[in-house]
Amino acid sequence: MAELLLRGVRVIDPFQDLEEVMDVAVARGRIAEVGRGLSGEGREVLEAEGLVLAPGFLDIHVHLRDPGREDEETLESGLRAAVRGGFTAVCCMPNTDPPLDNASLVEDLVLRARGLGLADLFPVGCVTRGREGKELAEMGLMFASAARVRAFSDDGDPVADSGLMRRALQYVKKFGGVIVSHAEDKSLSRGGQVNEGRVSFALGLRGIPALAEEVMVARDLLLAEETGARLHLAHLSTAGSVRLLREAKSRGVRVTAEATPHHLVLSEADIRDYDPVYKVNPPLRTPEDVRELRRALADGTLDAVATDHAPHSPEEKEREFEYAPFGVVGMESAFPVLYTELVEKGELGLPALIDRLTRGPARVLDLKPPEYGEGIRPGARADLVLLDPAAEWVIDASTFASRGRNCPYQGWRVRGKVVLTLKNGKVVHRAPGYQRAFSRDGG
Amino acid sequence: MAGGAGERRHLLDVDDLGPEDLERVLETARSFSEVMRRPIKKVPSLRGKTVVNLFYEPSTRTRLSFEVAAKRLSADVLNFTASTSSVEKGESLKDTALTLRAMGVDAVVIRHPVAGAPWLLRRWLDVTVLNAGDGMHAHPTQALLDLFTMRERLGGLEGKTIAYVGDILHSRVARSGFKACLAMGMKVLAVAPPTLLPPVVPEGVEVSYDLDEVIPRCDVLYMLRVQKERLLEGRFPSPQEYSRYYQLNMERLRAARPGVVVMHPGPMNRGMEISSEVADAPHAAINAQVAAGVAVRMAVLFLLLGTGERGD
Repeated sequence: MAELLLRGVRVIDPFQDLEEVMDVAVARGRIAEVGRGLSGEGREVLEAEGLVLAPGFLDIHVHLRDPGREDEETLESGLRAAVRGGFTAVCCMPNTDPPLDNASLVEDLVLRARGLGLADLFPVGCVTRGREGKELAEMGLMFASAARVRAFSDDGDPVADSGLMRRALQYVKKFGGVIVSHAEDKSLSRGGQVNEGRVSFALGLRGIPALAEEVMVARDLLLAEETGARLHLAHLSTAGSVRLLREAKSRGVRVTAEATPHHLVLSEADIRDYDPVYKVNPPLRTPEDVRELRRALADGTLDAVATDHAPHSPEEKEREFEYAPFGVVGMESAFPVLYTELVEKGELGLPALIDRLTRGPARVLDLKPPEYGEGIRPGARADLVLLDPAAEWVIDASTFASRGRNCPYQGWRVRGKVVLTLKNGKVVHRAPGYQRAFSRDGG
Repeated sequence: MAGGAGERRHLLDVDDLGPEDLERVLETARSFSEVMRRPIKKVPSLRGKTVVNLFYEPSTRTRLSFEVAAKRLSADVLNFTASTSSVEKGESLKDTALTLRAMGVDAVVIRHPVAGAPWLLRRWLDVTVLNAGDGMHAHPTQALLDLFTMRERLGGLEGKTIAYVGDILHSRVARSGFKACLAMGMKVLAVAPPTLLPPVVPEGVEVSYDLDEVIPRCDVLYMLRVQKERLLEGRFPSPQEYSRYYQLNMERLRAARPGVVVMHPGPMNRGMEISSEVADAPHAAINAQVAAGVAVRMAVLFLLLGTGERGD
């Protein structure tokens, strides 16, 4: 593999609190040298002034539909979508068919992912057998397997039984696991389509109250506090949840939390013409909720951005709102949409955004080197993403590597582009038609 | 109506109509209601036009009303009734829309059990779309015929007070009715137990839980059907308890203003939201609503599809 030199690139590495313009050389899958005035001799050189180099992103919440719904996404199409979005590691949720509730299923996925060589896969295992919410899945065996599963969730559904949730939290302490809560009290959300309030009434759609999430967030925070176990709150969407989270963190509860790009960027006011592309669970909330999520992301109360990438077939999404499934694709639009809406508008610095896409999610899973997060330093594995903050382009879902086309940002003019993704030093994504070319020995 | 000159025009909800449009519909409906008193109740205005009634939900009265209206305007009418049970596995709405487009129809009247279906149809179809009720969302021709009926009874509507009573939360009649009544300058009240009210009501609508307090203030008492499903959802404990507080009966009616108009979109649950005596009392304009339905739907079809010549 040819050696590569990125010259004059702005390195942003949250793992070292580093932000500096320098040259970075990659050889034999690792970072060879970091410094100034590095020689381009014998190396492919990219003049990278104005570009940003960051550790490959980690998406801790994606649905890859494999096994079971390979018409919607496969491991391969999903991981291709990941690297196009700058993610060199992803956590796939276990609500597949069959659900990922045992060691052989998660091992199979991880081994297949390794064979593809695109992005690392850290599967999330089920909390309960068959995601049925009745008895614990073999979480310890999944942890001990080659997949090293350390996060568990019945995502798509909550663990409704409080006693079972408490035991799950207690049990994973044995090996330092984390329970990922899909916080939804179904008795409060049943039949709901959009956020309950002014918009649900105006649209004539059943509402999902903020309370459906907050009741469960409150329960799980109390359980986490009592058990002393680690809890992660998935896709938080309301100001009330953020308030509960802040308060719990200040009391020292071992909790982390994520928000999705769509909950940070879109609100219920964006729902147009009953287009089910805006149908997500939890639902798009009010502009006030969006503001509070942004504040919490900026001040670190929210640890991570996670996409909740949820591909669906066009037949399922091009229909009546009420009959369409929940979910949007997200990996290939996450960085540009967040860069445009949060960084360009001055609400979040670029280093903070990169932190929430790298170090923050690594903290959620307690991932440590060498698995993830070696940073940009000599000897580290070259899992890197090169970003062009100035690139202006139009999002077109028909060009996505994902099989899903259910993208709510279709046609958006955005700034910020993932131009190059390296996995083990290998180029796994290069933006098509990107104007800057590599030159052999730029000298 | 929605869309300017040369654009395809639709009636998806009441707010597709500006104040002038509303006035034009009501005036046109009045002239058509005169036609209906003639021995030969037919005008050739829409000769050669084809109207499809696309009904995904059983509704004898609304479908018949649209059918009669279109036929009295000399349009050809096709009825397409899809059983709700076949929706999940049957042909998609999109494919049905594309089929209708290929057939070259002029207008589609759609009734659908879920909100928003007429909006999807408008996106996929380049013909006039009329919403005959979509889920809990909108029912604009019902709102228009209600305005027509009230105006016939009360004269002007500005400053008059209407109370919608019953299952406001799940009612497309109330949702479109609120918009129509507010547009006419009426005062609007929403009366129901808290479990049948929306979390937020539109601006200008006053909420009350107390029917007895509201009755003396109203010119119109609009009773909404309360479905058995709401009982199963636990929104009130029993039909007896519901009617104890929210049924319009003769005893309650005695507290009303002398000329009060009692309305109901039908079909009624006699003995539940309205007593039989009240339903048959002279205050009740329920049959007048049905008659107005045909005239108003004639007016809407004529204004959306016609050349402007009545031709009689």
